[in-house]
Amino acid sequence: MHEMGIAQQIIDIATASIPPDMRPARVERVNLKIGKLSAVVADSLRFCFEIVSKDTPLAGAELAIEETPVVARCKDCDARWTITEPVFTCQACHSGSLEILSGRELDIVSIEIAEEGGHETGRG
Amino acid sequence: MKPVEDKKPVREVKVVSRVLAVNERMAEQNRRRFAEKGIFVINVMSSPGSGKTTTLQKTLEAIMPEVSAAVIVGDVSTTHDADRLAVTGAPVVQVNTDAFGGDCHLAAHVIEKAAEDIDLDAITLLIVENVGNLVCPAEFDIGEDARVVVLSVTEGEDKPVKYPAMFRTCDAAILNKIDLLPYLDYDKEQAVAYIHQVNPGMPVFEISARTGEGMQAWVAWLKEKMKAKKVTSKSENR
Repeated sequence: MHEMGIAQQIIDIATASIPPDMRPARVERVNLKIGKLSAVVADSLRFCFEIVSKDTPLAGAELAIEETPVVARCKDCDARWTITEPVFTCQACHSGSLEILSGRELDIVSIEIAEEGGHETGRG
Repeated sequence: MKPVEDKKPVREVKVVSRVLAVNERMAEQNRRRFAEKGIFVINVMSSPGSGKTTTLQKTLEAIMPEVSAAVIVGDVSTTHDADRLAVTGAPVVQVNTDAFGGDCHLAAHVIEKAAEDIDLDAITLLIVENVGNLVCPAEFDIGEDARVVVLSVTEGEDKPVKYPAMFRTCDAAILNKIDLLPYLDYDKEQAVAYIHQVNPGMPVFEISARTGEGMQAWVAWLKEKMKAKKVTSKSENR
């Protein structure tokens, strides 16, 4: 259930990222990058986000999650490949000395804010 | 999916931040502070019931008083683990994570706060017993120098491949309860092979915390790691 804490972090970071000239703002979408090797369950995160985003500028916002594959590089032979099974040895030379290039992400990439023109009412 | 005619203008604002940036900053702060104080920190993780507390109890018995150690114990509730560890004479700080929202892991700020109750000038080793859970703690840096995962032969051999994020981020694994092997169908070689499939070359210490078997090699590894960080006895230095 650490997704609750992660949802709260997303809201804190996103809220702080709203440009002053756009406040009060309604965030429509949060673009996230979550690696397959991170310990985050997307469905749990969405569920928690829905709860903790209430009464914030992110209420009702969509979490757009780009799941990044686990890509490794062999430090011995420089081979690069996508890891789909939990096997972390080089496919080419069987070395176990790997660098994980992607797959550990838990990043907030951008937020999309509605250009309201006027202040919308009836939110929250 | 979305009605096109009602499309309001949307401005995209770049953020580009790690979601756990706050925790990671705090972890770095912890790491610097512990380094300044000459303290080696290990983060011990496992599933519930792997014998983590007994393992740490026996570890403390083996290294004290040569090494002065303190323990931070995370538990969702109760002080049972802390009570068991306090018997060793090491200062023990209990953190009940339900006070922080029923968390399933220890975060860096929790460690910072718990460390306030420890005399950092008096210790060279800080053991953090994380909450029993193989998922969430993997994601949270607490400012440790080494991560250790404890598993036991009464669990499935395939735990490492089921929880690769945990096993990838650890520096050593302890396979506990080997005294029970004669009574189980547990395939120990397969378990070790799975560990190395996820984390090739990771040291695996086969132990029985109950009988003390195999504890020496694990304790020697721990002392070696402490030495590598140039953590020496405080009584000699101060």
